[in-house]
Amino acid sequence: MKKPLLISGVSVSLLAMALTGCTPNNKGASDSDGTVSVTSTASECKLSTTEVKAGKTTFSVKNDGNEVTEFYVLAEDGLRILSEVENIGPSISRDLTVELAEGKYKTSCKPGMVGDGIVGDLTVTSNPDATAVSADEQALRDTAISQYTSYVKDQVEQLKTATGDFAEAYQSGDFEKARVLYPQARLHFERIEPVAESFGDLDPKLDAREADVEEGQEWTGWHKIEKDLWQPKPAENDGKTYTALTDAERARVAEQLVTDTNSLYEKTRDVDLTVDQIANGAKGLLDEVTASKVTGEEEIWSHTDLSDFQGNVDGARVAFEDLRPIVEKKDSELASNIDEKFKDVQTLLDQHREGEGFVSYTELSEDQVRELSDSIDALSEPLSKLTGVVVS
Amino acid sequence: MNTEPNPIHQPVSSSDEKTSGVSRRAVFGGVAGAAALTGAVAGGYAWGNHQNSSEETVSDSYEFWGEHQPGIDTPVQDRLHFVGLTVKTEKVEQLVKLFKDWSEASARLMSGQPVGEETSYKAPPDDTGEALDLSASHLSITFGLGRSLFVDEQGNDRFGLKDHMPEGLIDVPHMSGDMLEEARSGGDLCIQACADDPQVAVHAIRNLVRIASGRAVVKWSQLGFGRTSSTSTQQATPRNLFGFKDGTANLKTEEPELLQEHVWVDTQDEKEPAQWMASGSYCAVRRIRMMIETWDRAPLQEQEDIVGRTKVSGAPLSGGGEFDAPQFDMQGKKGPIIPVDSHVRLMHPQMNGGVQMLRRGFNYTDGTDGLGHLDAGLFFIAYVRDPRTHFVPLLRTMMRSDALSEYLRHTSNALFAIPPGCKDENDFIASGLFKAAKIAID
Repeated sequence: MKKPLLISGVSVSLLAMALTGCTPNNKGASDSDGTVSVTSTASECKLSTTEVKAGKTTFSVKNDGNEVTEFYVLAEDGLRILSEVENIGPSISRDLTVELAEGKYKTSCKPGMVGDGIVGDLTVTSNPDATAVSADEQALRDTAISQYTSYVKDQVEQLKTATGDFAEAYQSGDFEKARVLYPQARLHFERIEPVAESFGDLDPKLDAREADVEEGQEWTGWHKIEKDLWQPKPAENDGKTYTALTDAERARVAEQLVTDTNSLYEKTRDVDLTVDQIANGAKGLLDEVTASKVTGEEEIWSHTDLSDFQGNVDGARVAFEDLRPIVEKKDSELASNIDEKFKDVQTLLDQHREGEGFVSYTELSEDQVRELSDSIDALSEPLSKLTGVVVS
Repeated sequence: MNTEPNPIHQPVSSSDEKTSGVSRRAVFGGVAGAAALTGAVAGGYAWGNHQNSSEETVSDSYEFWGEHQPGIDTPVQDRLHFVGLTVKTEKVEQLVKLFKDWSEASARLMSGQPVGEETSYKAPPDDTGEALDLSASHLSITFGLGRSLFVDEQGNDRFGLKDHMPEGLIDVPHMSGDMLEEARSGGDLCIQACADDPQVAVHAIRNLVRIASGRAVVKWSQLGFGRTSSTSTQQATPRNLFGFKDGTANLKTEEPELLQEHVWVDTQDEKEPAQWMASGSYCAVRRIRMMIETWDRAPLQEQEDIVGRTKVSGAPLSGGGEFDAPQFDMQGKKGPIIPVDSHVRLMHPQMNGGVQMLRRGFNYTDGTDGLGHLDAGLFFIAYVRDPRTHFVPLLRTMMRSDALSEYLRHTSNALFAIPPGCKDENDFIASGLFKAAKIAID
């Protein structure tokens, strides 16, 4: 899991703050790129020019007013938002990079973030060097969002069923079966981990590792059961003898797991995602691999880290594939680079398959771990450019 | 030597420099160097040559003596060598002797002189030599006492000092997400050496550790290559390895009332047996690895929302410049413009009952983690008046709720009581503790 953040709802609001393709210091971009300075005050929204060539334009927005401002690029109707940059504090500058096709547009500054804003015209002239921009990119975005939302819902449904089976086996004392079901159920969780994390305290309740829990705080969830299923020797337990959970304790932790999973299920029924959240989620999943799976620190008793690894990679790949049509239009080289790197990771992972799942993390040699880690790093770098490309 | 307390550890001016020794620079430079090379002075290292003291003046040295130890309110230098030590001797008189030896050596080191005495050609030199032609380089040396000096793991009194253990010297509780490595944590004693030149800092630690032979050994050692905070209004705010300005709102040397309030232990703070801590402080240390590779892949907006400041200028997201106060109630599109889980908000004195720390941390890199990622981050050092009020609550908030914690991994923890400064040449570090415990010090 990620470092638990116990301010409930915080991650939601973070996710909700749409990324806006802010890029610093890109004034030295190629010749076809134009930069327009925008000055926002209480009464004015001044652009250094209102005519640009088709292609990428960077609006460098400076807030010279006393209130928080926003800047929008709108379609000719002045209603449909093409791109925006929010939350520009007084005397702060933000860049917004937008790819625009030939045509007429509106711009708007919104000091104080209320009302219709100070609207002006923007004309985009033809540019033979610019790549054609789809007039209906929104359709591509909508498709991506609907596909990925279905994926999330489906995974949570499967998680709910698998968790139920697992909890039952564990609670009834069928440890052998529970140990088989453990990685299989968790696979679904790992695929959609960033979504679970967006619901504040739900993720730490479900997925906290022992070290994540502070003194005096109750430990619940998957890893508490993991420890009870793969009971450590004192040497693996800070020198302390592990005491197995009693039947009553086992029932309580199993029931809590089911309750929290059901709560995740309920919360994801009407999940509302944006393309940049999906793109950031893909990056976040690979960060998870780097932070704990490839180091074997996620599943320190069951050593089923490779299964979680596969779950994270699956989730990232689905997110990317859903966004791929947009990326393909804007940066086909990046799209094929990411394709290739996903393939490399999967090829390596497949070498460690065994039966339904994977070999124990402890069976990997140092060289094999390094190889996996390198392949994830090689994928993470291009994938981190996804959001910027998708929203530009 | 000037025995006036030098409370804010300003550089010693050359007119104050009435030392009987020569600066290290003089040893191999000029007349003294020539003398040494020709073997005119017993063929050993030629320090202690009084005649040359006027030729070389040391203007980049700080005073070791004073009400407070140096290295706390001293304008923070660029380089660090910090060690935690394990005490090996079981005799308290040897501990007393160790502090006397260290105090004497530290005074020499800080004024830019080699340690020890002139030795025979047939003997190993007292000073290890690698700083001989370097200046004092603003070296500061600070000593601290860990809880384990007073009591062992079972709580037994180790040296008859237990009753005089200051109350603030607690065991820091396990925090959410702690991944502490025992071999990098704790320590019976600590030494912090800071200087402009890394070789001077390392030389100081090396020689002090050598002096400790048979009495204390190094448990862990940490180098820091760049300061991550400023402790003087004269200093520009440096950047940490996340690329952000750090310590903008740090306590500054020029604010003695605030230091009195937040850094120095007052006589009323400790019960009678630990009153020797007055004018001392506490030093909280955490080695915080930064997951810099994943951080570098985070969008700028996420980075700035996590920190609560802009990356380039360091201005709070509520606007203005670096030193403008953050406006925590300013609303953005969805909630406060400075997010509720941002580092600047959660750690700000306004959100923590007004408490402040004197942060004196350093950037570090220690090779790689074996997976091609840099083992790099912040060696966090903070000086506070009471860790129970000024450190633990902030740490808990940070580990629990700070969005930055996602990219951090705390790998060590240590807490030390910092005795007050040495008054003069007849005094030594922690003398008050031994006096209070009625241990013979003469």
